[in-house]
Amino acid sequence: MLDEPAYNFAYLDEQTKRSIRRGLLKAVAIPGYQVPFAGREMPMPYGWGTGGVQVTASILGGDDVLKVIDQGADDTTNAVSIRRFFEKTSQVETTTVSADASLIQTRHRIPEQPLSRDQILVLQVPIPDPLRFIEPSETEARKMHALEEYGVMHVKLYEDIAHHGHIATTYAYPALVNQRYVMDPSPIPKFDNPKMHQSEALMLFGAGREKRLYAIPPYTDVKSLDFEDHPFEIQQWDQCCALCGSTDAFLDEVITDDKGSRMFVCSDSHYCQQRKQQTKQSDA
Amino acid sequence: MKLPQLNTQPILQVSGLAKLYGINRGCQDVDVDLFPGEVLGIVGESGSGKTTLLRCLSGEIEPDHGNIIFQSSHGEALNLFSVSEAQRRLLMRSELGVIRQNPRDGLRLRVIAGANIGERLMAVGDRHYGNIRQSARHWLEQVDIQTDRIDDYPYTFSGGMQQRLQIARVLATRPRMVLMDEPTGGLDVSVQARLLDLIRTLVTELQLSVIIVTHDLAVARLLCHRLMVMQNSKVVETGLTDQLLDDPQHAYTQLLVSSVLTP
Repeated sequence: MLDEPAYNFAYLDEQTKRSIRRGLLKAVAIPGYQVPFAGREMPMPYGWGTGGVQVTASILGGDDVLKVIDQGADDTTNAVSIRRFFEKTSQVETTTVSADASLIQTRHRIPEQPLSRDQILVLQVPIPDPLRFIEPSETEARKMHALEEYGVMHVKLYEDIAHHGHIATTYAYPALVNQRYVMDPSPIPKFDNPKMHQSEALMLFGAGREKRLYAIPPYTDVKSLDFEDHPFEIQQWDQCCALCGSTDAFLDEVITDDKGSRMFVCSDSHYCQQRKQQTKQSDA
Repeated sequence: MKLPQLNTQPILQVSGLAKLYGINRGCQDVDVDLFPGEVLGIVGESGSGKTTLLRCLSGEIEPDHGNIIFQSSHGEALNLFSVSEAQRRLLMRSELGVIRQNPRDGLRLRVIAGANIGERLMAVGDRHYGNIRQSARHWLEQVDIQTDRIDDYPYTFSGGMQQRLQIARVLATRPRMVLMDEPTGGLDVSVQARLLDLIRTLVTELQLSVIIVTHDLAVARLLCHRLMVMQNSKVVETGLTDQLLDDPQHAYTQLLVSSVLTP
């Protein structure tokens, strides 16, 4: 008995994993629909990605290669902790190279590197229901989803245009999945919304506190909501990345001293490093 | 006051309607027809079942018995509680409108005025910002709110303005039937007078069919073509407004009419 490991493979017990996988199958079958699941307590606080961790734990296999990113970076606290958690509980191989990973758990970003059909992206979600801020009643919100009553979703966008002259919602930008369900894509920047449309990779969403799962199967239509005369647009920058010179990646503004100096750098740390290496090689 | 066109088909036919919460609590045995352009008043004391009846008619609560047949703009006769829930809710936000006594129940206070008016338009599929805004301006003008307040929050409005905004919000989708629950309750008399004037003008201009619940007989006399008196969940008397108020037949109506103070 003493030789047995203290935890099951990938921490969760097999029954729990099976129940979550059943939920995931339903989520894949009904793209964008929020499937309730019996979320477990995880050894980390709510809000740190308990939903994503449970999804990852349920679908992780011994031969998977795992990458964990937080705000685009592989070296931030949340990413490092979750990667170490799975290294310890499942001994799977981990990587920071987006193309090498078979499973990517992420928070706030979708990698710049286009994903392929043999990859799965797991997103951590704080509030899964896009109707929450308009309709506080959960019962009413579910009925609105069931009856496709999504007119109110445009109220927020209307207010944006009235106040700012353009749609000022920049993250968690609601989108219509498979012409049926309106979905909160989790707090990714709206820059990443187009990457979900007809994506080759399967995308799974897990909300731990709210205990909901949803999914975008590969090759599914995902349309960001907009107005006919104010079409959906992604963010644009005047600068290129200060480190790698990329002009088509999502940039973070970094303040470099207390005199107000700032620079713009890629938020996807692996993408940025890869580009720097390529430039070095072509220079040499 | 324009007379209702009595030769046309009723827009709403209610027969044998009952919704009871206890013995004689709620409403029962209600039969009533409402014609296009007609304003029907429901009067009665608190607890007589006026609001229950109104909530059944607006599709909010399902009655225990009886039929509510609504003539839709496509000319179909729809039984409000045998059509699908999706269709009933679509009717409620397009062809039907409900104006509540407390504007805070009918408005989204944390959403700007323009978006409040636009919400019903967006809910029926309007996706052109410019058109929605144009329409919001138009309805603000119609209800006497300065159009420069279009981007202000309703919680910065006075009670009377909030009530007018609620009316604008409901009328934006050009409903054919509007149900009002004490629309002038809780407002001071001068504001009430302006609001009544506004409602009367809009009703005539837009040829709305209206059912208005009130316990203010002055409001009833001013707005309604026809009145229905309720007591203890039952309709005790119906008739043309002046007829009913000047020559009440039922003991309760007599009591009601004689209770009004005339300054």
